[in-house]
Amino acid sequence: MKPKFMRKLWLLFCISVFALGGCAASSAVDQAKNENKKDSSSASKEGDTVKVGILHSLSGTMAISEVSLRDAELMAIEQINASGGLLGKKIEPVVEDGASDWPTFAEKAKKLLQKDRVATIFGGWTSASRKAMLPVVEQNNGLLWYPVQYEGMESSPNIFYTGATTNQQIVPAVSWLLKNRGKTFFLLGSDYVFPRTANKIIKAQLKDEGGQVIGEEYTPLGHTDYSTIISKIKQVKPAVVFNTLNGDSNVAFFKQLKDAGITPKDVTVMSVSIAEEEIRGIGPDVLAGHLAVWNYFQTTDTPENKAFVQKYKQKYGQDRVTDDPIEAAYTAVHLWAEAVKKAGSFDVDQVKKAAAGLEYKAPEGTVKIDGETQHLWKTVRIGEIQADGQFKELWNSGQPVKPDPYLKSYPWAKGLSE
Amino acid sequence: MVNQRWGYWLFFAALFLAPFYLTEFRLSLLGKFLCLAIVAVGISLIWGYTGILSLGHGVYFGLGAYCMAMYLKLEASRGHLPDFMEWSGVRELPWFWKPFSYPMVAIAAAIALPTLLAALLSYFTFKNRIKGVYFSLLSQAVVVVLVTLFIGKQEWTGGTNGLTNFSTVFGFSLSSPLTQIVLYWLTTICLALIFVAARRLTSGRLGKVLIAIRDAENRVRFLGFNPTVYKVFVYSLSAAFAGVAGALFVLQVGLISPEMMGIIPSIEMVLWVAVGGRHSLMGAIVGAIVMNTAKSFLSENYPDLWLLLLGALFVVVVLFVPKGLAGIYESLVAVRIKAKRGHEREARVDVS
Repeated sequence: MKPKFMRKLWLLFCISVFALGGCAASSAVDQAKNENKKDSSSASKEGDTVKVGILHSLSGTMAISEVSLRDAELMAIEQINASGGLLGKKIEPVVEDGASDWPTFAEKAKKLLQKDRVATIFGGWTSASRKAMLPVVEQNNGLLWYPVQYEGMESSPNIFYTGATTNQQIVPAVSWLLKNRGKTFFLLGSDYVFPRTANKIIKAQLKDEGGQVIGEEYTPLGHTDYSTIISKIKQVKPAVVFNTLNGDSNVAFFKQLKDAGITPKDVTVMSVSIAEEEIRGIGPDVLAGHLAVWNYFQTTDTPENKAFVQKYKQKYGQDRVTDDPIEAAYTAVHLWAEAVKKAGSFDVDQVKKAAAGLEYKAPEGTVKIDGETQHLWKTVRIGEIQADGQFKELWNSGQPVKPDPYLKSYPWAKGLSE
Repeated sequence: MVNQRWGYWLFFAALFLAPFYLTEFRLSLLGKFLCLAIVAVGISLIWGYTGILSLGHGVYFGLGAYCMAMYLKLEASRGHLPDFMEWSGVRELPWFWKPFSYPMVAIAAAIALPTLLAALLSYFTFKNRIKGVYFSLLSQAVVVVLVTLFIGKQEWTGGTNGLTNFSTVFGFSLSSPLTQIVLYWLTTICLALIFVAARRLTSGRLGKVLIAIRDAENRVRFLGFNPTVYKVFVYSLSAAFAGVAGALFVLQVGLISPEMMGIIPSIEMVLWVAVGGRHSLMGAIVGAIVMNTAKSFLSENYPDLWLLLLGALFVVVVLFVPKGLAGIYESLVAVRIKAKRGHEREARVDVS
């Protein structure tokens, strides 16, 4: 009994030594970074570096999307550092893993603000993660840059929203579809806050602008069997399927749609969560001809974008693509840097003040921070997916659209926000 | 065993004094872990002592948390509708939300609702002598049903975003360090009380019956006991613990969403107890604290690798220390006692 137990203890010890050794070796780079962190932690803002937090899901279901945002943010930070840093200081990123788990986002945001004393945080993807971080950044008077399109109805004084709100994505897309594709809509979404809220808005808008909803379906996240929903679509024959499905479900839905013999000519599918990165995963062959609405495509024709795409591919590999959230994350870092320069300080209140009305030539074109809502003025773009996985722009709003997260300027939306 | 009692006193004293030696951030983490440790005590009671493996304790935790969160949300809304209801098109506060504006009702509900649900579920399953894997599966089904319900009824529950962005509790600001420390102490006291209660319970006659049910339910029945009553009682009790834990959790973390009552958190709860040692109440507490500390520590230091490391830790424990941390401790004590007895014997030999 005793020798056996001792042997086990010994084995346990060996394994833990191995495990520790293994992780020490394989994360030598990480550790080097950590040591840098520790060296300067006491100096934080006073030394020659300034810390910023990067908080995305590097593990769990959201990692597939969020890792590229981290990459884009790190690239922007590298660029700023290469050109001399900010106010004479180098930016030092502190990367944390939100692990696709909302309390973890709150915990890590707290850690970044209280322990690392970062000047700002770039992070989040899902609305739930943002809602989890919101009270933390407000209570600690921190700063958060949130780079993904979302369902609106929010405007925190401590958050800058660099993705689209509904009136810069969904609302113009519905108007365009009514004009160009038809009046009958089938709403299909994953079962969470964004699709449900988006569809409420779409229904109110259609009622006002003369469209008709002839089907509304929600499936759980990760759902993969769409045969019953597709036969419903076949039955009611909508002109448009407005798709707010998220993640893997899109793969199943589009494959099964194609297998059922429904082509983009029969039914247009307009998606709001499918960008270049997702097209790579789903396969351009099943998506070609369908539409998506964003503020940026990799093919967007601006000099800033050419440089951005080239840099990104050079740094992370030729097979990587850029897309709307990646661009918004990249832009967020530069916007913050511009605001810091204008304010001449890293102080949150001063940066916020300086950020109001700030204009920046982003890869998507000129964007402007709206001081009142802390959202961006953004150009809306509708694109058709091509066989090569890129978008062909069919329409754009011509100029940046003023953000209106609560849809106050739309009379039909009155019942939604009051 | 006098030694052991001292150990417990020392353990809880160390926890109680934590605000004096931990930073604000670490303290808030520890507070969160202690809430989870309360759940672990309940799971140890039903799993380690009674042999009921519940893979659905997230539900009771979540219900307790939601009850508390509803009160906090109403207080934060200051007489208006909660924000998510406004944009979901709800005009008036639903009737079942109204009682939650009274904190005492919310606290009572945070304990009563999980207990009731657990009693209902366990009464019908145990009465029909459904046990083992079938009960575990059933408990998972309850998780799926409830999570789907909470996500689907976005206008009443906040959907996947859950309830968040609270400001005050009983008029005290939740963000002030003092409130956080008081809440931490409250959690420590709750944990200590629950631990003592559970120990009293298991060291008495009831504990013997529970263990007997675990080892040979039919024999217990033939001896004239009705196992159903005992099982329903202990299962409901552990749900009540989870409800208390949920309410304390929301106060400190400031957030509850359906995701946190889902299948993965429910299984995680069982894992803490497995790591700590399911047959030991203290083991369960230590397991919950150790595993969550490891999770925080590893993910802070190895953002890219921590999941693998955490997984390796589980595998190691399951393979080499099947009785968990408590098992290691007991073996060490056994070795020492043996050695001591050996000495005593030798001493006696010397004298004679």
